[in-house]
Amino acid sequence: MAKSIDVSDVNIYYSDFLAVQGVNMTIRAGAVTAFIGPSGCGKSTFLRSLNRMHEVIPGARVEGKIVVDGQDLYESSVDPVAVRRQVGMVFQRPNPFPTMSIFDNVLAGLKLNSGKMKKSEAEAVVEKSLRGANLWNEVKDRLNKPGMGLSGGQQQRLCIARAIAVEPQVLLMDEPCSALDPISTSAIEDLIHELKNDYTIVIVTHNMQQAARVSDDTGFFNLKATGEPGRLVEFNPTKKMFANPDDPATEAYISGRFG
Amino acid sequence: MTMLQESPDRVHISLIQPRLPQFAALIIAGIAAALGLLLLVLGTGLVPAVLIGALVFLVALPLWSFFIEGRRGATDRLMTSLIWTTFFIALVPLVSLLWRVIAKGAGRIDGTFLSYSFFKTQIDQPVGIYHAIIGTLLVTLGAAVISVPIGVMAAIYLVEYGKKNKLAKAITFLVDVMTGIPSIVAGLFAFALFTLIFGPAYVSGFGGSVALSLLMIPIVVRATEEMLRLVPDDLREAAYALGTPKWKTIVKIVVPTSLGGILTGITLATSRVIGETAPLLLIAGATDRTNMNLFDGAMTTLPVLIYGQNLRGDEAAEAIAWGAAFVLILIVMVLNLVARIVGKIFAPKKN
Repeated sequence: MAKSIDVSDVNIYYSDFLAVQGVNMTIRAGAVTAFIGPSGCGKSTFLRSLNRMHEVIPGARVEGKIVVDGQDLYESSVDPVAVRRQVGMVFQRPNPFPTMSIFDNVLAGLKLNSGKMKKSEAEAVVEKSLRGANLWNEVKDRLNKPGMGLSGGQQQRLCIARAIAVEPQVLLMDEPCSALDPISTSAIEDLIHELKNDYTIVIVTHNMQQAARVSDDTGFFNLKATGEPGRLVEFNPTKKMFANPDDPATEAYISGRFG
Repeated sequence: MTMLQESPDRVHISLIQPRLPQFAALIIAGIAAALGLLLLVLGTGLVPAVLIGALVFLVALPLWSFFIEGRRGATDRLMTSLIWTTFFIALVPLVSLLWRVIAKGAGRIDGTFLSYSFFKTQIDQPVGIYHAIIGTLLVTLGAAVISVPIGVMAAIYLVEYGKKNKLAKAITFLVDVMTGIPSIVAGLFAFALFTLIFGPAYVSGFGGSVALSLLMIPIVVRATEEMLRLVPDDLREAAYALGTPKWKTIVKIVVPTSLGGILTGITLATSRVIGETAPLLLIAGATDRTNMNLFDGAMTTLPVLIYGQNLRGDEAAEAIAWGAAFVLILIVMVLNLVARIVGKIFAPKKN
């Protein structure tokens, strides 16, 4: 189910403003890839371009090739809606649908996309997804309560359950723990470890320890200079990145000398 | 600590300040009211007595406060009393209007008043406003059926698709202009439109619906727009990220999330146009009979009936006008209550 992503010569624009320039990398299947870097360097922008969420913003566009499973996502015949079904996303702030119960929130993707499904089937999907997101034991007795009634960490895990319920090949996470307390953060990190068996996971984080803990590969993004576009400075296995990085700028950032 | 005490420039500010007694405002209000009553008994009119009482209250309380609490306290008391006074002034017309209508209208309400029309088949048959109630409900329903889809969909275009492009700006401007259209102009428009299509002397309730919908659409657009803008973009993005097409995101996520507010807006827009008279006089006409067909023949509504009865001026007609006004206010109140209940039911739940 997991798929690798090949990125070549990607430039990302907001109208005329070039936000990210010349990114090349290969994101391995079934591994966790982390993006680190200072704020405003284009990590999230790049992440959003991996499932064509970037173009939701008016005027935003992407140049270059992003190939998943042999298919360039930015070919003109590709339907962005179909891309997003293959490449799921979890956002910085938990955003369960306020009109829906926990049960319906998990099923939202399936129900919105394919319409009706059998009750037994639906229940199986909900249990599987909630177990997958480590939330089942906490909510199994109140599946019909609104999703907004959960705590922040539970809401974020509900959003992860919602994202994996549609069984994507890749799961993108945009700072999924930045609004959460340490206990919820550790629950989500454990979850990422479990999920990487079935999904290719890409995570943006500001927390260097988190990148070191959860990821197999790490990409370091930085601005060339103020006002210049962001770029990928270094992309290496996480162990090498944190022990012996190729680029002095990476070392400076990781050891806390800037950023 | 010692440093603080030694520093000569620091002014010692006591935390305890003289205060007026807790019920100072009530005491002064009582004195002012007593003075007003005394003036009333002495023979000044009601209005001067109330005015003098209010003035005494507004002057005495800040003055007392000024001598005991100082300037800041006095300003606070003055502004607080001013705000309360304006609040009561704003309430006066509302309460007196309700009082008049209930006092004069409620007594006229009975079974025959609500179930007979003006049209008599026998000489001693009682008259009622059944035909006007039916007319009001049908014409307003027609207006809502026209305005709600147009208004809601225009708002969806503005918020979800227009995103500040030129067309959206133009629509927003036109909606603003439409909000300010005098209702008689809307009536003339409908009159001209139906005269062009069906020839002269055409009257129907539907024409009234068209005129009212001109007044209602901008209100519905505005209310719906506000509500849709309140839906956070996070939710839209969450739906897109699940591979949901845009139209489905709007239908299944955005509109349900704001449904309570949209329904409230629609109901308030309805109660805003239900009392219109001028456009309906022009295009819907007036009749004594109950007309159930929205598309053919004159149709009386409550406001038009009230206007007509008021013109006649005899005592029986005036009583009917008050009774009809009472029923109209009742309908509007029920609509508002329904809007509140509906808004509560559809509002996103926390727990």
